[in-house]
Amino acid sequence: MATSANFKRPGGGVAASIPLMGRAEEPTIFDLSVAKRRASSLRSSGVDQVDPRTVLPATMLRDEPPALPEVSERDLVGHFTRLSARQYSVDLGAYPLGSCTMKYNPKFADAVAAMPGISQVHPHTPVSFAQGWLEIMVTLESWICEITGMAAATLQPAAGAAGELTGLLIMAHYHQRHGGRRSKVIIPDSAHGTNPASVTLAGYEAVTVPSNDRGLVDLEQLDKVLGEDVAGMMLTNPNTLGLFEEEIAEITARVHAVGGLMYYDGANLNAILGVSRPGDMGFDIVHSNLHKTFATPHGGGGPGAGPVAVSERLREFLPGPRATLIDDEDGVRYVWKTPEFSIGRVHGFYGNAVVLARALAYMMYHGGPGLADVARYAVLNANWLRAQIAQHYEIAFPQLCMHEFVASAAQLKKRYGVRALDIAKGMIEEGFHSPTVYFPLVVDEALMMEPTETESPQTLRALADALMRLAEAATSSDGQEWLHNAPSTTPVGRVDEALAARKPRLTFDQASNRPV
Amino acid sequence: MALHAERAKSIEVPLRQELSFPYHSERRQCSVPTFIPHTEAETSQMLADLGLKEIDEIFATIPRERRLGRGLNLPDGVSEYDVLTYFEEVSARNLHHGRPLISFAGGGSYDHDIPQVVRTLGSRGEFVTAYTPYQPEVAQGVLQALFEFQTLISRLSGLEISNASLYDGATALVEAVNLACAHTRSHHVIVSKGINPTYLQTVRTFAEGTGLSVEELPLNDDLSSDLSIETASQAAAVVVGYPNYFGAVEDLARARELANRTGALLICVYDPISLALLTSPGSFGVDVAVAEGQSLGTPVSFGGPYLGLFSVRPEYLRLVPGRLVGETVDAEGRRSFVTTLRTREQDIRRERASSNVCTNQTLMAVHACIYLSWLGPDGFRELATSCLSSSHYLADALSTIPGVELVTPVFVREFTIRLTGIDNEAVRSALADRGFLAGVSGEFPSGDLKASNTLILSATERRTKSEIDRFVGEFSKIVEAR
Repeated sequence: MATSANFKRPGGGVAASIPLMGRAEEPTIFDLSVAKRRASSLRSSGVDQVDPRTVLPATMLRDEPPALPEVSERDLVGHFTRLSARQYSVDLGAYPLGSCTMKYNPKFADAVAAMPGISQVHPHTPVSFAQGWLEIMVTLESWICEITGMAAATLQPAAGAAGELTGLLIMAHYHQRHGGRRSKVIIPDSAHGTNPASVTLAGYEAVTVPSNDRGLVDLEQLDKVLGEDVAGMMLTNPNTLGLFEEEIAEITARVHAVGGLMYYDGANLNAILGVSRPGDMGFDIVHSNLHKTFATPHGGGGPGAGPVAVSERLREFLPGPRATLIDDEDGVRYVWKTPEFSIGRVHGFYGNAVVLARALAYMMYHGGPGLADVARYAVLNANWLRAQIAQHYEIAFPQLCMHEFVASAAQLKKRYGVRALDIAKGMIEEGFHSPTVYFPLVVDEALMMEPTETESPQTLRALADALMRLAEAATSSDGQEWLHNAPSTTPVGRVDEALAARKPRLTFDQASNRPV
Repeated sequence: MALHAERAKSIEVPLRQELSFPYHSERRQCSVPTFIPHTEAETSQMLADLGLKEIDEIFATIPRERRLGRGLNLPDGVSEYDVLTYFEEVSARNLHHGRPLISFAGGGSYDHDIPQVVRTLGSRGEFVTAYTPYQPEVAQGVLQALFEFQTLISRLSGLEISNASLYDGATALVEAVNLACAHTRSHHVIVSKGINPTYLQTVRTFAEGTGLSVEELPLNDDLSSDLSIETASQAAAVVVGYPNYFGAVEDLARARELANRTGALLICVYDPISLALLTSPGSFGVDVAVAEGQSLGTPVSFGGPYLGLFSVRPEYLRLVPGRLVGETVDAEGRRSFVTTLRTREQDIRRERASSNVCTNQTLMAVHACIYLSWLGPDGFRELATSCLSSSHYLADALSTIPGVELVTPVFVREFTIRLTGIDNEAVRSALADRGFLAGVSGEFPSGDLKASNTLILSATERRTKSEIDRFVGEFSKIVEAR
């Protein structure tokens, strides 16, 4: 804020018309605030306004309303439009973040979300006036079940992690009902961090099984941890290294043999849509990330949706209420039903309903054959990009990958002191979003890339060219300096994360971290 | 497996010069629409580059017996117009003569006007189609908006620290309870029967995994919590609503005393709109304040996506679930924003994490930030006063109907009536047939007898006097017809 353009006004606040498209700071909405300015205009209801002091005791009332910013609508629009100019997104360009499936989000789904019969329906609407919503839910459930090869699903979990915990609680209730007190859940060392965290929250102990030298679950190591105390195993397939667990049938058979259940983390479902199904592999519980595989927009971090599908023997443990189609003396209609041994609710209402509608719209547009094409081209794109850059970056495991692959900057680091983080920042300088870095944990200096099926071959080539330029830059001292300082063309350069953690300033009202 | 390994080896390092594409060929002709841009020529070239002939060879590492071996048993794809037609038709079945029921319902979801700036700015692709801000240099837009959101929610709740959102009110309460348990090392919580019953159900669901015992705080005749109970038990948390599910404004000072007696943290589930008028939870010494933030710029949306609000006193900072955005500087000293205190989070702490939250409701948080900034302090107070005025007007009018009794005499914008001589669900159903959503049933399977045959009602600023008058008239006719 120390720029000359940011002059103070007599009434407080700062000017909002300063040039901000370059590398100037954007004031906060609180900096823009000027006492007694306002944007809002409210509807006149026609009801006489009541003084709150006449109906509520003085002790309950606050003297001043909360200190919200006081800005004009024009300044508000300017501020958030400028903020949007400081933000990368799928709409802007390629987003090859491994494990995140940042594919194109179709715009017609926005029209679905905006329909009055979708967005303006209250969740406590009597079921006779919500038949359309229940039909959407039942239809989506049937699509998810066919895609995953399962028998029934709950749509309540609001995100993947919520789905994991829901699935693990289903697992726990199933074992309780079948007399088994089991204490452990097995996860591979390449698992997403949400997996072990969910295991703990479900009351289980997470037991890690290492990968073998081909990046797959080590069957011998698996045998060592299998026993009557194992409630189940969580697995992604393909795994986070982008590799298909070829021995999956053997893994599920061995876990089932000790009475355990198999949990499928659907983070990587995009790779096998219409090609292979978790249910057919022997999985009992499957969550899907609709904000990944089925292209609902990620919103800068959410909302997501993480429906959980289960096999027939787990149907009665699903959360309730569930939309259900029935046919009795009152006719064919949709009703809410709670399964007999339900684990209970996992959401205040029925889940992220509008996200569910968007996902169904995406599925219907593609149809069965189109969904299988999604997987084919997602895998083709990943393999082609992998082949393009294999000369410049070690590929963690050489076999054909699925929808993503893990490259490593370990050699660049060893030879030239250029780390995965530098490559990530260099990709930003090249005009793309970075790949996922330092995950999975089992690969040193990991660069995890998932181009998705919606990027054209031309974009893949541009991505590969950029990655090769960065690898070449790493070989010269000028290039190394450039990489260590990248990015330089973004609204801010590398940020001081240590300062943010050491002196947390989490609101405008806490002491500033700005150097004096 | 040997075959796969051999093939994989053969394509390990193709020479880059061999890879080429025709740039101006026709787009791929597809029997079904997709968002796959590849032309047939491009597909052939890519396969050739990889040493493959048919596209399904790309799945060579999937053993044949693990493949589906048939198409999915689903319809073929259709155009976007066909999809929209389906949704127009199916969603029409959620309407009454082409429009939504005129809502007098709350129960955690409120029908407010949403200003166009929230819709326009909030639907910008840069906000809508971004991922979690892991690379701060290209995510300053979302990060700064979240920093501003955190500030606004802290100013609202009166608690110094707020996170960047959780899924919804119910799951925010679950996280608050988990925080209290982690802090006190107790696994017993005392929860008012006056909180939203679906929240209580959700707490019970997750209590299975965390080994939590839940004690319920009974209700007084005015449906506020009985805070005078003598409980010997030490507890992790006392949980009350503010106002509660029935609209009663709980006495947070006495709730604080109960929490002190039991060694517990005080958790408050508040209504954000009511806080324009009510003393903030923070001023009563509340430790953790959570809320359903749907009222702040998100449509009722059949229950989601909504917005979980979560604020704490600073001493619990290290136990806060989900993402936190902090201010810092970049290499040149410019103010910058970044997700911080990341060692709390699941991707680093793994099985030792006290929360598994990853994806949250960032877009709804951005909407709330725009909405509150548009309202400003005066607009916010006027909005709450309008809701209060219309709800009191509605309560007064309904109370004149024989067989209708106001149960919550002191309320802000939501209240409960008890019906005599007619079933509450019958009233809801009959009024729905006339185009009105007549509130929420106050009784719940696990609910309190004191709430039996009640309706919880609310009128937002969106309801006009004539709508309220028509609603009361129809309500009266239905009651009198019995």
